[in-house]
Formats: sequence, structure tokens, C-alpha cells
Amino acid sequence: MTAHISVENLWKSFDGVPVLRDINLDIKASELIVIIGPSGCGKSTLLRCLNGLELFDSGRISIGEIALERHEGLKEKDFNARLRALREEVGMVFQSFNLFPHLTLIQNVTKAPVVVKGMDRGSAEEKAKELLDKVGLSDRIDYYPSQLSGGQQQRAAIARALMMSPRVMLYDEPTSALDPSLVNEVLQIMRKLDDDGLTQIVVTHEMRFARDAADRIIFLSEGEVVESASPDVFFTSPRDPRAQEFIRSYL
Amino acid sequence: MSLNGNYRARILLLTLAVLLSAQYISASDGGELRWGGDSEGGEPYVFPNPKNPREIMGFEVDLAGLLGRELNRRAVFVQNQWDGLVAGLERGSYDVVLNGLEVTEDRKRRINFSVPYYATYNQISVRAETDSINSMADLRGKTVGVLQNTPAQRLLERESGTRVRAYPGQINAYDDLANGRLDAVVMDWPIAIYCHKHYSRLKFVGQPSDLVQYAIGVRKEDTALLQQLNEALRKLIESGELRRVYEKWGIWNGETEKLFAADSASREALDDYQESVTRELTFKERVRQYIGYLPILLVQGAPMTLTISTLSMALAVALGLVLALMNLYGPRPLAWLARAYIEVIRGTPLLIQLYLIFYGLPNVGIRLSPLMAAVAGLGLNYAAYEAENYRAGIQAIPRGQMEAALSLGMTRAQALRHVILPQSLRLVIPPVTNDFIALFKDSSIVSVITMVELTKVYGQLASSNYDYIGIGILTAGIYFLLGLPFIKLARWAENHFAFDKRTPAAARRRWLGVGAKPAMD
Repeated sequence: MTAHISVENLWKSFDGVPVLRDINLDIKASELIVIIGPSGCGKSTLLRCLNGLELFDSGRISIGEIALERHEGLKEKDFNARLRALREEVGMVFQSFNLFPHLTLIQNVTKAPVVVKGMDRGSAEEKAKELLDKVGLSDRIDYYPSQLSGGQQQRAAIARALMMSPRVMLYDEPTSALDPSLVNEVLQIMRKLDDDGLTQIVVTHEMRFARDAADRIIFLSEGEVVESASPDVFFTSPRDPRAQEFIRSYL
Repeated sequence: MSLNGNYRARILLLTLAVLLSAQYISASDGGELRWGGDSEGGEPYVFPNPKNPREIMGFEVDLAGLLGRELNRRAVFVQNQWDGLVAGLERGSYDVVLNGLEVTEDRKRRINFSVPYYATYNQISVRAETDSINSMADLRGKTVGVLQNTPAQRLLERESGTRVRAYPGQINAYDDLANGRLDAVVMDWPIAIYCHKHYSRLKFVGQPSDLVQYAIGVRKEDTALLQQLNEALRKLIESGELRRVYEKWGIWNGETEKLFAADSASREALDDYQESVTRELTFKERVRQYIGYLPILLVQGAPMTLTISTLSMALAVALGLVLALMNLYGPRPLAWLARAYIEVIRGTPLLIQLYLIFYGLPNVGIRLSPLMAAVAGLGLNYAAYEAENYRAGIQAIPRGQMEAALSLGMTRAQALRHVILPQSLRLVIPPVTNDFIALFKDSSIVSVITMVELTKVYGQLASSNYDYIGIGILTAGIYFLLGLPFIKLARWAENHFAFDKRTPAAARRRWLGVGAKPAMD
């Protein structure tokens, strides 16, 4: 179910300004990785590169058996086909939830498997109910997103991503748009998924969650990985002065 | 100093302006005979000189010159749409109408006519290979072109079984006869002989019939002017000068000869008779008249207006979506093509587009019926506007929606179909409704390609009754009432597709239930 991820020599720039410089990562199956760093350090861009929402300039990403590479002579059609294959392996959760406002929760969750995988509606709804139950929304399946709280919406977004049976889940600041009292219900689900053994990468500012739940912390600064360590090591004795500075400002 | 100079210059300008306007007023007061006519396609009556289009010529230009000489006034031509000539006279745009205006009973009710200055008959034209039409009686079951608001139109419309197409200008009618849209054209003989010069494959058939007399139209109150004109005309007839004008233009004929030979004393009696038949309608008669117009407007005009509007809007909405998608998501050449289409169509007049489709396309072998041409013209035009509505609607959807759909493994097309477009649809309902209402009224423009719809029927009724106000308000009211259901329908659709209001029954019960109100974000 879960997959191993590797990133090699990844470069990415916007309008000539490099935002990711030679990123190299190796993430083992079932790991829960938390990426932290000051704003503008490129952590969101890295995450978006991992599921192809941003195209990188050079380098290589592989998730499970699927590798994505940019090099001269690669046909756009082949590249796009591989991009879609990659996305089927990866689930993504956004800061602003991005639920489909014109669909009820159950429709939100079943839309993609029916459209993309051709799953029949009956079994899609069965699976959807299971997942919505897992995230604690089994009594809200006929609600529209606008009738739900932020925490409920984000939990629904996680269920929607899980419907595609991804081998990796990516979270781009999943709790930043939430009322503080609603943060925990979302983090709780991510912990539950970690217990199930799913590979997860989380960009977040929740330091307590990082310290308690992460297997490893990756610290990005100005587009570079400057620290990669277990939470214990990272929060007590980081080697890089920029990481030391960051932790001091947070704790 | 500079202030002083400025003042002096201003005073000088002011004085000059006053002098000029004073001169202008005095000239049009006594020194000008302003005569109204339509020089568009007006051979041989009044038409622009082909060698110098700023100059007009024709036998009526010569006649106006002669009348001006007799009345000691300078003849000045005033351009006015032919079927609005009488209205223009009443409005005071000019002093007289001198433009092949046939003497008819309903016109006599509104204006005075001079003695006739020319007589002719209706001439039937057909294609050279047609041998089934040899008289007016043979026109039954045929499609016949005439000029709008002429005795010929009224004559033929009385005949059941003749499909009459009324044109604003004769050239279009003879064009359509030549290219096969019409079986025959019936027009005054002088028009016919001049038009035939342009078409080698047309011929005249039938005997002279249905006498038509042209006379000068004068406002009722201008009795002195009428007397002067009658005297001048008699003088020109007696001296033979008028005959020489007609001979010069090659339109001297037996009918006019008979007219000129008739006893002038009997014509005095005719003048008296003409003055006596004109009578104002009472209020009751007028109301009854309007109620009588209603079924004509509703039966002859409204269904066609509805048909044209709905068909062309359907075309516009479908084609507009294709254009918007090409523009936003198509490969570069397609996107460029869509963009170019939208800009060119939006940047050029609808009227010209209609003319090109109806009169231009037959030249390359595409001959659309008037209805097809109207729907194509309006539909292709509005598609450009609908494309922009869709584009705005699609672009208003937050980028995160597309990203969420893509990250779930959907292709761009699937994301559009299932996520973006359903949300855009609701956003574009108000502007599309707005355009439909605009199109509904714009459909009146297709009367220029011989479609008879609501505005055309209005024009026909108004010009033959010389009542543009009453019938105008009546017609505008019909447009308004016909448009109302569509506005209501759009409101309903807007609410129906509004996703935050559309609460499923189960949820609504919980909504209203005590203490179970879900938090709102």
C-alpha cells in the first residue's frame, strides 16, 4: 500500500529566481515526514512538485515504481501520461480544503473514483461511507461544504484524497486556515493514518505535532535542505545555525 | 493684453456665428424648396451620380429643379428612408415629398397630393428561362418580391396563395430573383427597366396593368404651397418641358401621355375631392383600430420573433462554449483562432454581418433561406459574446478547484466537465440571460433580410397608417411581455443551481432542528 519516495537533484525557479536548489531526499515507506522552514523557503513548492502541480526545471522524482524526469527530447504526451500515473499514487490536501462547493460531501468523495477509475457508483458510495466514518463525518454525508466547519471540511478533503487509495499523502499546511480549536481533529486523523502505515509528508507550522508525530523533520531554508533529523535531535541540538534560529523563535 | 485679445477673438467668433445662422434661417425660409426622397438604389428617380457620388441625379432631380425655377426657390434635396417619407414630411424634415410617391387613399388621409406628374404600371419580371408566369394571375403560389409599402405589395398580399417578400430596396429584390430565391418581382415600370440593365438573364412578362400615379406630397396646412406646385406642374406639362425630362431618361410612356392630355378643369375638381376625403379618426375608432392591430402583431410577428431568438440563442450558447474552451485550453493555433473570431465578430456591425450572410454568400454558392440566414447571423454574432461570458465564468472559479481535481487524477477535460463548468454555469446565468434579452430585441434587425417579424409588422402597420407612436407603444409592450417569462425562467435557474441554498431534505431537517445547526464558514 505505501511507497518509498526519492528526490534527486531537483531544481525549480520562478521567472529566473531559483526557489528549489538541488533538493535530494530519500523517504522510506510508512515514514511521516514534517517539512518546516520560514515562509518563502520553498516548502510548498517542493510539495507541489511531488504531485506535478508545479513542473520542475531539472532533476528526478520517483514514487514507488513511477519516476518523473525532465530532460530534453521527452515528449509532452509521454510526460503528461506519467504525470497522471504519478498523481494516482499521491493524495494531496490543501490549506484551503478546495472541496467542490457544488457537490455534497458524498458526491465530493465519490466523484474522482467514478470519473477517473470508472468505479461503479454503488461500491464507490460504500467505500466513501467507510472513509467518511473514519474521519468522523458519517452524519454529514448529504451536506454541502458551505454548511460545514473548517475542520469538518478538511477532514472531508482527507477522505476525498484517500478514496483514490494513494500510496503517499501530501499535506500543504492543512491546519493553517483553521480555528485553533479545530486543529486537533485534523491532526488526529493524520496520526491515525500514520498508525495504518501510510507514507505522509506534511508541510506545517504545528511544532508540537512535528515533535510528537513526525518520524523525521526536514528543515528548508532558501530552497535548500539544511537539516534532516529525527524530532528529538532537531528540536534539541540542530546543527545548522538557521535551524537553531528558527527553533528559538518558535519555542 | 493677452486677456484682451482673447476677448476680442471671442466676440468676433460670436458675431460671425450669429451672422451665419441668420443667413441660414433666411435662406431656408423663403429661398429653399426642401424636397425629401431616398437616393439609396433610386434609379432613375433620385440616385447618386456614379461618376461623382456626392452629386445626385434622376428625373425627379430634374423635376425638382424645374419646380424650383417656377417657384423662384432653390431646390434642396433631403435624404430620408423611403418608407418613412410621409412621416418625415409631417415631422417637418422637408417641405415636400417628391420620390415616386403613389397616390393612395390612406396616404391622402394624412397629406395632400399635387396633381399627378407621372403615371405608370406594375411590371412583372422573371428569369429568362421561366415560362410559367405570363400575367398577375400566374403569380398565385409563387414567391414574389416587391418594394415595402407600395401599392404592389398591398395588391399582392390581398391575393391568397402568393408569398410576398417585401424589400427595402429594389436591388436586393432583383438580386434574389436572379439567384433563384424569388420566382418573380413586381415593381413600377421605370424601376424595372433600369434594374434590368444590370441583369442579363431577366425578362419582362405580362400586359400593362394596375395604373400607378406619382404626385408630390405636401403637408395639409401648406395649402398655398400646394396651389403653387399645381400651377407650376401644369405649366411644365403644357410647355412640354416635363415630357422632355421623361424622354431624356427614357421613361416617357402612354400612361403619362394620357394623364397629361386629360382636361385640366376636371383636375381642379379632383383637387377639391382629395381635400374632402381626409378626415380625423375619433378616439373610439382609434382604440378599436389598435385592438384590431393586436392579432396582426401577435400572429404575424411575435411567433417569428420568438423562433428566431430562441434558435439563434441556442446556437450562440453552444458555439460560445466551444469558443471559450478553445480560447482558454486549446493548443495555440486554435486558441488564436477563437480569439480572432471573438474580436472580429464583436468589432464589426451585426447589420453588415447579416448582409454578408444573406446577400454575400449566394455569390459563393451558399444560399440560405431568410430564416436560416437570420438564425446564423444572430447566432454567430452572439456566440462571440457568450464565449466571453463563459470565459469570465470559468476564470472566476478559484484555481484551487482545478488543482484539487488534477491532484485526484482527473485529466484537464474531466476536471472541466465535472468540477469547473458546473460551477461556472451558475455564474454565467445572469449575463447570458441579459444577452438573451438583448438578442430578443436585436432580432428586429433581421427585417433587413426580408424576415417578417414583430418589428417588421410594426413598420408595415405604422407606415401605412402613419401612426408610429400608438402602434409603437403597442409593439414595445408585446416585446416586454414576451421577454418576461424568460427573465422569470433565468431567476428560477439561478436559484436552482445555487449550491449553498440547495439543501437536501435530510440536511434541511437537521438544519431546522433545535440545537443541531451546523457551523457555517
